[in-house]
Amino acid sequence: MSQDPLEGCRISAGKKSAVSLGKALHPPNLLVVVEGTCGACVAASPVSAPEGSCSYNVAHHHLCVCVRVCMAWQGLQKGETLASLKQESENLRRKLEEERGKLTDVELHQVAEKVETVAALSIKTRRVLKGHGNKVLSMDWCKDKRRLVSSSQDGKVIVWDAFTLNKEHGITLPCTWVMACAYAPSGCAVACGGLDNKCSVVPLSLDRNENVTAKKKSVAMHTNYVSGCSFTNSDMQLLTSSGDGTCALWDVESGQLLQSFHGHTADVLSLDLAPSETGNTFVSGGCDMKANVWDMRSGQNIQSFDNHQSDINCVKYYPSGDAFASASDDATCRFYDLRADREVAVYQKDSIIFGASSVDFSLSGRLLFAGYNDYTINVWDVLKGTRVSVLFGHENRVSRVRVSPDGTALCSASWDNTLRVSRT
Amino acid sequence: PHKKPVYMEELIARMQDEKNGIPIRTVKSFLTKIPSVFSGKVVMLEALHLGTLMAAHGYFFPISDHVLMLKDDGTFYRFQTPYFWPSNCWEPENTDYAVYLCKRTMQNKARLELADYEAESLARLQRAFARKWEFIFMQAEAQAKVDKKRDKIERKILDSQERAFWDVHRPVPGCVNTTEVDIKKSSRMKNPHKTRKSVYGLQNDIRTHSPTHTPAPEAKQPTEEELQEQITFWQLQLDRHRLKMSKVAESLLGYTEQYVEYDPFLTPPDPSNPWITDDTTVWELEASKEPGQQRVKRWAFGIDEVLKDPVGREQFLKFLESEFSSENLRFWLAVQELKKRPIREVPSRVQEIWQEFLAPGAPSAINVDSKSYDKTTQNVKDPGRYAFEDAQEHIYKLMKSDSYSRFIRSSAYQELLQAKKKKSKNLF
Repeated sequence: MSQDPLEGCRISAGKKSAVSLGKALHPPNLLVVVEGTCGACVAASPVSAPEGSCSYNVAHHHLCVCVRVCMAWQGLQKGETLASLKQESENLRRKLEEERGKLTDVELHQVAEKVETVAALSIKTRRVLKGHGNKVLSMDWCKDKRRLVSSSQDGKVIVWDAFTLNKEHGITLPCTWVMACAYAPSGCAVACGGLDNKCSVVPLSLDRNENVTAKKKSVAMHTNYVSGCSFTNSDMQLLTSSGDGTCALWDVESGQLLQSFHGHTADVLSLDLAPSETGNTFVSGGCDMKANVWDMRSGQNIQSFDNHQSDINCVKYYPSGDAFASASDDATCRFYDLRADREVAVYQKDSIIFGASSVDFSLSGRLLFAGYNDYTINVWDVLKGTRVSVLFGHENRVSRVRVSPDGTALCSASWDNTLRVSRT
Repeated sequence: PHKKPVYMEELIARMQDEKNGIPIRTVKSFLTKIPSVFSGKVVMLEALHLGTLMAAHGYFFPISDHVLMLKDDGTFYRFQTPYFWPSNCWEPENTDYAVYLCKRTMQNKARLELADYEAESLARLQRAFARKWEFIFMQAEAQAKVDKKRDKIERKILDSQERAFWDVHRPVPGCVNTTEVDIKKSSRMKNPHKTRKSVYGLQNDIRTHSPTHTPAPEAKQPTEEELQEQITFWQLQLDRHRLKMSKVAESLLGYTEQYVEYDPFLTPPDPSNPWITDDTTVWELEASKEPGQQRVKRWAFGIDEVLKDPVGREQFLKFLESEFSSENLRFWLAVQELKKRPIREVPSRVQEIWQEFLAPGAPSAINVDSKSYDKTTQNVKDPGRYAFEDAQEHIYKLMKSDSYSRFIRSSAYQELLQAKKKKSKNLF
């Protein structure tokens, strides 16, 4: 016997069964539509009841049946339909949790007991990049493993050769709070955006005297701040996340919107592209506490995780692309596997009470670097779930952490106006 | 007195907690192992950091400085009174600050003299509140009167606590402002309990109203359509094929194990990490056309490793060309390249690829299953970036199972793998 989402109704299992609706709940002239996919024959069979009756026949083989009550006339409150839909949604969601739980025969940290502990890390800061006049909000490495771009609350975007500490380019934006910046795969351009609701692409010139700001070109247009941006594997496409609750894919040359991604119910704060040669997916996280995986081609949300208890500030893929991590205002970082379709680890400590703003993996995926609002960076053992090291040094919140493309260094950006490059 | 050991022991217990405490490990020393130890430095750093956070939030403060930090020297500190604790959700407005600064100028004490930045703030506030300044002045006078009546020592303490409160909410320029909020979050008023009361009892009509704190709109109730979408989404998710955790865990462990030697945070790079030695040899080697053994070894981990390394791609292509079977890889590369073009160039590029690889009589004809072929034929009529997606997927699978494994087994690949070894032998 299965439970009908509507109170007072019962569906009995079997090839053909009768469902009787409690007369007290539903006035007689209601049209009832029953829809559902049978687990065995995948047939959706809508059945309607003759007007005036309050019973109907349902042919089904499987317990999973959705009942939707349609309003045939105005008397019935809209709220009741919404309520039943909500209930249905809730039931399905709970069922999903159950299904996910069924395959949890062991926890990651238990299996990881057989792995050797990570040797004590001694990570030191090797470079301090000074030059921004206000909080550094974001940064991104260039593929050449030594250059990086950073953006600040003062409207400036700087391109550095972090190895020599040389400032190679300075771009001034007409807005404050440049929250997003990214380096193009070719190394010939950078993208940046923020409170101006736009994301612009700036080609970098080899000629130092040329004013790069003048060549800035608006590509993305959102209806609220741009929180994150990333080039795809080409200089020609830009992916953005925004406070307007959407993500979008843009053609850089024309500024055309190629695809938009709807599904978040609040600001989207971060996105990351899957590191795959063949894949077309990316993950996003936002203030609705959800981490969503998207198909870039169709615009569909293909997977979703809602384990966090506060805003998700950052999402980042595990190097193999089969998993990803998130950082949240709930002071935890979490790890999700896409094949198991669930959260597989939580990185937290009683002593960590400030929100985590940013995460990134070391090259092998064994270490997770996480920046926090208490000015520290915690280094987590991804498999065992324990903290390996704490990095002190910044004098204000850490806004972003990124491992260099060949994994040799970690760059951290902070509200203390500096960027630090560290390594073991 | 008899309570002290209990407090300490509580703290010790927390420090020793396996999950949340200080990491205790066995340290390998020369010829021996030192069991069950923790680093004193770690404890000191943690303690100092905690102290700094407490100071920054104003829970205690140095008595002779405006800068809220904890220093390891002879500096004296005082605790803040709970009335001013951050947990009371203070958001004092400029009218309160004006009263405070004004009050300070009325008291003839050297220790209460305004600092430069405070004098500047006062001047600015006087201009901003020019019309209500008389009232502010009166309030300041009244406050000063109340203060005068207090016991001398009590006054000293309260004055310093009040000043520390303002050091948190109107920090010295250049100091960390712990009350600063990320602009992405500030516009949504998360904390409805923020105290709107005045520090000095000013009435509402006199105070300014901060424009940044508009109450957040009530969370939108989902519409029927949205709920339907949600339901469809959950149904699709339920149909998903999931892997067992044990399998997934083994896969994650395996991946990490395979790549640990390539992870500079866990295995020192050869010859050195440029960020440590300032020697960029490692990067120069990467850029050169001669791939090192470690890099070649990686190509055997999976086809993606070959495809994402430009030198790997080159070698793979060279091998296939020697076998006169390079059309699959060339098609795959061409489609990847297509997806990187600006949208304007896509239609013509699609035609070119079609002609070269799929059209009847194509010079580099590839073999795709009939389903993909039919779909592609349709797509090409209205060409988009994903016109060849199905064909590309089919070809990728083919390459993975056929050409790639042949490449890894080929003598060309094996030679590259041995190359470094040969070189080192010749050093003698």
